[in-house]
Amino acid sequence: MEVETGNMMHAVVLAIALAALGVASVPARAQEFNLVIRNHKFEPEEIRVPAGKRVSIYVSNEDATPEEFDSAALKVEKIIPGKSKGLVRIGPLDPGRYEFMGEFHADTAKGVVVAE
Amino acid sequence: MLGALIIVFREVLEAGLIIGIVLAATRGAPGRGNWIAAGVLAGVAGAAIMALFAEAIADAFEGAGQELLNAAVLGAAVVMLMWHNAWMARHGRELAAEMTAVGTAVTTGERPMTALAVVVGLAVLREGSEVVLFLYGVVATGTSASALLIGGMLGLAAGAAFTALTYYGLISIPARHIFAVTTVLIALLAAGMAAQAVQFLDAAGMIHVLGQRLWDSSGWLPQDGVAGRLLHTLVGYTDRPTELQLVAYLGTLAAMAVLSWLLGRPIAPVRERTALR
Repeated sequence: MEVETGNMMHAVVLAIALAALGVASVPARAQEFNLVIRNHKFEPEEIRVPAGKRVSIYVSNEDATPEEFDSAALKVEKIIPGKSKGLVRIGPLDPGRYEFMGEFHADTAKGVVVAE
Repeated sequence: MLGALIIVFREVLEAGLIIGIVLAATRGAPGRGNWIAAGVLAGVAGAAIMALFAEAIADAFEGAGQELLNAAVLGAAVVMLMWHNAWMARHGRELAAEMTAVGTAVTTGERPMTALAVVVGLAVLREGSEVVLFLYGVVATGTSASALLIGGMLGLAAGAAFTALTYYGLISIPARHIFAVTTVLIALLAAGMAAQAVQFLDAAGMIHVLGQRLWDSSGWLPQDGVAGRLLHTLVGYTDRPTELQLVAYLGTLAAMAVLSWLLGRPIAPVRERTALR
């Protein structure tokens, strides 16, 4: 099979073929960030991450109650039970601001991921 | 109370739209009420169990347990919906003919009620476990139980009303067209679920291909708005889809179309018809 470098079509076809095979092709070495939920608020409320890369955010919920890390922008819905940690995988992101919230306490639990 | 109302309503609405479509798609099937009720009850029980083990689920598979479970639940629902449509491709015309003739379809064989009951159960399971966890959190913070109960009940009632609206809207479609409409709705429902499922696999770190965002329509039709949410549940609308999501969406639609075409070809129409009598 001849693959012309820089040829979008080939890349796309190859990628679809890989997806069809269900192959986790690229071993992702994601950069890690930490986030704490305390008193139904995120700390910090802003995280700066590199654009174009996969990123892992460890969300530690120090409250006794469960929270749902929710963001349509980041395409994440994840429940973090009380007094426990959850791993949220995001990206690769285009540069920009991506808001997230704690769905169970949407009035206080707000934050933003800034990709740059 | 308002918080409980909104969250319960939102989740009940999502499951309710699916139940409404399933009810319309099974119009005239004997015993369908029992099947669907069984699906709802099993879903509620499953949601409680899932909420109880939320922490264990979250910790499983190196922190990806929740995503994998969601993907599995959605994947199973997609298969069930495919089964239903494949069955309808074979028998839908006879059903519609009977419906037109006598108002109900009572004689045409066994319909795949198990498949649709499972779909209902899985929908309730997914949305219900969020409700259970949310309500548990509210109780734990000390909000009065009565305010919570009222909010929850109002949310449930509003969601149920919407389910009824969906159902009655759909069954007002003339009998000879209704199964054509529900088949299309179910295909879109399945495609949307498949697109969600691959996103969960991506979030679980299982898939690393085609993660590029295709477009961003959140400016004019945000997915977390009212219309966006409805469209998300009904046809799988996503305001920032990835390439993989589009592939899964179109792939599911194509697979269902091919399956229906294969099964819908009149193999021995005469014999089938006489066998029914």
